[in-house]
Amino acid sequence: MRRTDVPGPQPRPLRTERVAHTAGEGDAPAVSLRGAALSYGERVLWSGLDVDVRPGEFLAVLGPNGSGKTSLLRVLLGRLPLTAGSVAVLGRPPHRSGGLIGYVPQQKAPLAHTPLRARDLVRLGLDGHRWGLPLARSAVHRRVEELLDSVGALPYADVPVGRLSGGEQQRVRIAQALATDPRVLLCDEPLLSLDLQHQRTVTDLVDRRRRTAGTAVVFVTHEINPVLGPADRVLYLAGGGFRTGPPEEVLTSAVLSRLYGTQVDVLRVRGRIVVVGAPDAASPHHAARPNGAAPP
Amino acid sequence: MSAPTGPPPTANGTDPGVWQRIFDFTDYGELLALVHNSLLAGALLGLVGGLVGVFVVMRDLPFAVHGISELSFAGAAAALLAGVNIVAGSIVGSLLAAAAIGLLGVRARDRNSVIGIIMPFGLGLGVLFLSLYQGRAANKFGILTGQIVAVDTPQTAWLVGTSVVVLAALAVLWRPLTFASADPDVAEARGVPVRALSLAFMLVLGLAVALCVQMVGALLVLSLLVTPAAAAARVTTSPVLLPVLSVLFALVSMEGGILLSLGSSIPISPYVTTLAFLLYLACRLVGSRRAAGTARAVPVAERPGVPRA
Repeated sequence: MRRTDVPGPQPRPLRTERVAHTAGEGDAPAVSLRGAALSYGERVLWSGLDVDVRPGEFLAVLGPNGSGKTSLLRVLLGRLPLTAGSVAVLGRPPHRSGGLIGYVPQQKAPLAHTPLRARDLVRLGLDGHRWGLPLARSAVHRRVEELLDSVGALPYADVPVGRLSGGEQQRVRIAQALATDPRVLLCDEPLLSLDLQHQRTVTDLVDRRRRTAGTAVVFVTHEINPVLGPADRVLYLAGGGFRTGPPEEVLTSAVLSRLYGTQVDVLRVRGRIVVVGAPDAASPHHAARPNGAAPP
Repeated sequence: MSAPTGPPPTANGTDPGVWQRIFDFTDYGELLALVHNSLLAGALLGLVGGLVGVFVVMRDLPFAVHGISELSFAGAAAALLAGVNIVAGSIVGSLLAAAAIGLLGVRARDRNSVIGIIMPFGLGLGVLFLSLYQGRAANKFGILTGQIVAVDTPQTAWLVGTSVVVLAALAVLWRPLTFASADPDVAEARGVPVRALSLAFMLVLGLAVALCVQMVGALLVLSLLVTPAAAAARVTTSPVLLPVLSVLFALVSMEGGILLSLGSSIPISPYVTTLAFLLYLACRLVGSRRAAGTARAVPVAERPGVPRA
């Protein structure tokens, strides 16, 4: 678990697999939010948010539409400033973390018109941000093959991205996000519009990555069940408040009822969790209420 | 009994005349010597149009090309009226339009409205300036439909200079621009200056449009900046082959158009546009054949979740 490589401009590591990483107590948090608040005008998405994500930890961010899950990722990417509080990714402002953050976006339609193959998309993750022409280097080519292979996407490396199925696209997306060997992986609803089997494949790939390379994972989703297995902790955002803790502590009728401010029932059926009665969208709150953070 | 022996006599009387006006290859060798400037300019335009077109297609900007070309036309018309350099006039018009579209139309929906508003305004200005112009009518017509033979040495210097600027800018921007165009969300997350690149590309596009206006005219710029790249995108998705084919198609259209139009009195643009269009049709045909033939080279077993056929 000794990490000696200095972040910043550094030679691109060509190997993905690292010595198995155990999230030890001495590790500095990979992601750290302190008293963080975000509001759009009068509307408070969340406030007083204190969250640390340690290296190798899998944090699932749950909550209804409009509760600020994606905004939280935008904050961590340095694309959106906090209204109050502070954020650090790998001990520095997020916008200066560059290639140390991997990002898996929602699977969206625009890619259908993109004249790129799977391997080209992965390559963009590797060096697409650099100026100049994309000259073919054998080291780059090898690394792209390696990445595609690591997510099982090698069979369709040369298929145009627009012709891939949703599940295949997300595999390629994960390979793209891992191209720079990031230490933090941010996933924004990567399971959207995937069937159950592909949801499992995607979560398994992310889970494997954090176990083998000690990458901290922040996984935004509104589907609870696919992440119940891998999630070490849950950050549940709702109604302007939040609650963090292990899944079994947070996903209870009492906690969610308090977060939503209405009666919510959490049912466990055959190993799956069903939330009944939660309002579909977060209701706007005009003042930061004493957030739902109950003592752990 | 009456076997078809040829076209009816009425057509016999008119056909040769029309075709001879369209294709006239008498004294071809001597004409060829006169147009080496044009051929050089055509080659540059093919290169610029083919490369810029790749991003026009990727960023879905054909309508912007059309909008910019109308203001480029207005700029050229103003320059003609004022008696100053027409190329400079069309460049100024292009850049103004490109900057306006780039700044006001960040989102695709806004962009199309902005273009729809700018375009008729530019066209109106152009018509106004042309109406006020007292000089040769051929000059007016040339701005709209292009007149390659009019390329003289000082004009060539402008064309070469602008082309070099466009090509250099593309060489620097290529990789992040590809990222920002194909995959803006991830590019932004990766720290690529997506907005600045968008504006920078609009300006590059403005220069490219101004160049093309000189050759094929304001009305037909799309055939150089969109058709070749769109044709190439039909047959390949390789990031190397796509620009190469796009440039090849643009060059064939451009130089072919110049060579075919040499002897005739007809402007170059119909030759260029027809060649470009035919190339596009051919690519569509090849592309759809290929898609039907090898739907996907991936074995079905490799793709979990896909029902076996």
